[in-house]
Amino acid sequence: MTSPLTSVALFYLGPVPITAGVVATWVIMAMLVIGSILVTHRLSLVPSKTQAFFELVVDTVDGQIRDTMRLEPTPYRAFVGTLFIFIFVANWSSLIPGVEPPTAHIETDAALALLVFVAVIWFGIRAGGVRGYLSTFASPNPIMIPLNFIESLTRTFSLLVRLFGNVMSGVFVIGIVLSLAGLLVPIPLMVLDLLTGAVQAYIFAILAMVFIAGAVGETKPAPNTPS
Amino acid sequence: MNWLAFASIISAAIAVSFGAIGPALGEGRAVAAAMDAIARQPEAANVISRTLFVGLAMIETMAIYCLVIALLLLFANPLLK
Repeated sequence: MTSPLTSVALFYLGPVPITAGVVATWVIMAMLVIGSILVTHRLSLVPSKTQAFFELVVDTVDGQIRDTMRLEPTPYRAFVGTLFIFIFVANWSSLIPGVEPPTAHIETDAALALLVFVAVIWFGIRAGGVRGYLSTFASPNPIMIPLNFIESLTRTFSLLVRLFGNVMSGVFVIGIVLSLAGLLVPIPLMVLDLLTGAVQAYIFAILAMVFIAGAVGETKPAPNTPS
Repeated sequence: MNWLAFASIISAAIAVSFGAIGPALGEGRAVAAAMDAIARQPEAANVISRTLFVGLAMIETMAIYCLVIALLLLFANPLLK
């Protein structure tokens, strides 16, 4: 049985090894980008069925951001929405036979968690300036500075391990059951895996929102937005 | 098979089995409390279930940590190289 922690190179692009996960990631990215361009290509005031559906998606994302962060969703919609949709599609890409979800490899998850780590700093500095952002580490009092600093690292790590562990364990268990019991037996597990994938994409986006809201909200008083 | 490999396999099994107990109890308590809250206040079901999902994922991470440790022991054990 191959280790879930390593990935095998499919081919080499010069000195750079290209794994199946990288190919799957780029295919998903291209699909999402081209799909978004096609959908927003011809927008009209009287929406077609496709446009109405995607407006509903954007509206749901907006509602979740407003409920969770208690802030206006416009600056965060692109980042959080893209995170959610990418992880969702990546987790469900295991539906296609032969494709292993890229999120089942630790590198993809590490990249996503690193994005959240950078985004927290970026949005925090943009909301309150460098001083304002750094002063959030000293809240509620300066004794907490080392603890807050460590927390910002460990929560990124736990974000990475959570997504990796959940998706990878699903793939791993299906592989074990398939090798022990044979065809058609792991189908209930695959259904459970779809549920886990959707929930994990949601959780990842929610936690990214919570972390960003923590960095943004502490630098300025929260506005009274109706939820 | 040497003793180090034997110990690694046993520890991996122990890590997963005992690491699952705590999160299982915690998740049970969390779901029970959420059910209780929804039964008392059905109109707050949306907020409660969203918070519940986030909380469950947080608790579940503890079990996932144990799983990752077990996999490290089995597949990427630095002592067996």
